[in-house]
Amino acid sequence: MALIEAAGLAIEFPLYHHNARSLKQRILASSGLRLKTDTDNRVVVAALRELTFSIRDGERVALVGPNGAGKTTLLRTVAGVYEPVAGRLRVEGEIGSLIDPAAGMDPLLTGRENVVLRALYRGMTEAEGRALAEEVAGFAGLGDFLDVPIRGYSAGMNVRLSFAMATAMTPEILLMDEWFLAGDAEFMARASERLAQLVTGAQILLIATHDMAVVRKWCTRAIRLEGGRITADGPVAEVLGPEDRE
Amino acid sequence: MRDATAHVHDFDAATPRRRERAIEDLAGGLARWRLAWALARSDITHRYRGSVLGPFWLTLSTAVMLGALGFLYAKLFRIDPTDYLPWLSVSLIVWNVLSAMVTDATTSLTSAEGVIRQMPLPYSVHAMRVVIRNALMAAHNLPLILVVFFIFGTPLSWTALLAIPGFLLLAVGGFAAAILLGMVCARFRDIPPIVGSLMQVAFFVSAVIWKPDMVGHWEPFLPLNPFFAVMEAVRAPIMGKTGGLAVWLAALAWTGLLVAAAWAFFVRFRGRIAFWV
Repeated sequence: MALIEAAGLAIEFPLYHHNARSLKQRILASSGLRLKTDTDNRVVVAALRELTFSIRDGERVALVGPNGAGKTTLLRTVAGVYEPVAGRLRVEGEIGSLIDPAAGMDPLLTGRENVVLRALYRGMTEAEGRALAEEVAGFAGLGDFLDVPIRGYSAGMNVRLSFAMATAMTPEILLMDEWFLAGDAEFMARASERLAQLVTGAQILLIATHDMAVVRKWCTRAIRLEGGRITADGPVAEVLGPEDRE
Repeated sequence: MRDATAHVHDFDAATPRRRERAIEDLAGGLARWRLAWALARSDITHRYRGSVLGPFWLTLSTAVMLGALGFLYAKLFRIDPTDYLPWLSVSLIVWNVLSAMVTDATTSLTSAEGVIRQMPLPYSVHAMRVVIRNALMAAHNLPLILVVFFIFGTPLSWTALLAIPGFLLLAVGGFAAAILLGMVCARFRDIPPIVGSLMQVAFFVSAVIWKPDMVGHWEPFLPLNPFFAVMEAVRAPIMGKTGGLAVWLAALAWTGLLVAAAWAFFVRFRGRIAFWV
């Protein structure tokens, strides 16, 4: 039973380490309502504003919208990284997060050692981690490279490893940012298959992307974010419009 | 290992339940001691990757400093080097542990920035990583004391076992410092250099190179310095003394204060850390 439910969810980023006054003068004039000052007179960016939505079992949801719309921030908030300043958020289910491929990876360790390390991050034991590494090896298709320090990996190989790790732990909710599209065609086909499998098991996929082909192929629902607000939410065809418009 | 309750994440900004979340963080962090251990170990192997002596470079540089300072100050203070050097070896090594712990504490959270923004890991894991890393470094240096004691024929008595509670106090204080300083330094980026210069001053005022009895009638006031109190709780037992009740009470009180401050700060601002780093 997986569920993501948000009511009036808001996230604000205080802008620290900047000269608030000059920054205020520079940006406030141009961008209108997005930047504001909070009660302590600090400059904050309203990254997400009054989001209300609910995502249930088996839904594959695409987050679309221009750069800076708040897509990644929403992924991180669902992951539990950011605490909302207002509103409610309820997330049921184990989360697999593919937000930043390099985070939690140690470039000097081999692929296999990194899988074990990730298992430790998830609160598993070394033995469980080594078992997981076998599973990951099968899917990532890295061959002998699994025992090479990942510093020597190409971007695509990194993606394969991260993706294999995140999905091997059979999360109930998979959060994905768009970087994973760096895999080659053969890998993308397998990834697509794996995601389909994952979601038939009554699970949730939440993916932030600009690639409308991916949205149409993989997703059942789309949420359009603009300026931190939801401007459209519904079936993919409805939110994106008919296919020929692209 | 996986418990079902951990997979429901419910947050309502109207009722943040801060204390509960802070307690969960600590419990979750302790449950992940394996991770803190693995990270601390790889920190050390990475720092000395490809180096022949590895962490023993620190031992060597401590030994060189000990030789140079030891004979010079024995001359300046007009004390017998066979009496002064063993004392200085304990002093310097214990001080290095303490000072490295404080310096590391300032970057406990900022150095884990990437991970903090990728997954909701208990923040206490990062503090534990700092403590374990410094304990491992200490383990490379402490044997040097035995070497110096052996060379100068200084006896090691059973009182030395009292140093164990001293080290425990140091570890607890280090953990609290890694939480408190880690948070403060993530929010205010000017603090780490300030802490760095304060530690330099503390080195000279905390009776590291001079013996406490050299200040005469000021000696009873030395435990008012938290660094002195905690260091003396480790140093005195190794030198075969108990250190006295005042030192232990002061060390306990200072550690308690630090823990209380760290806890208060942690409960109140834990949710903001991800925005600060």
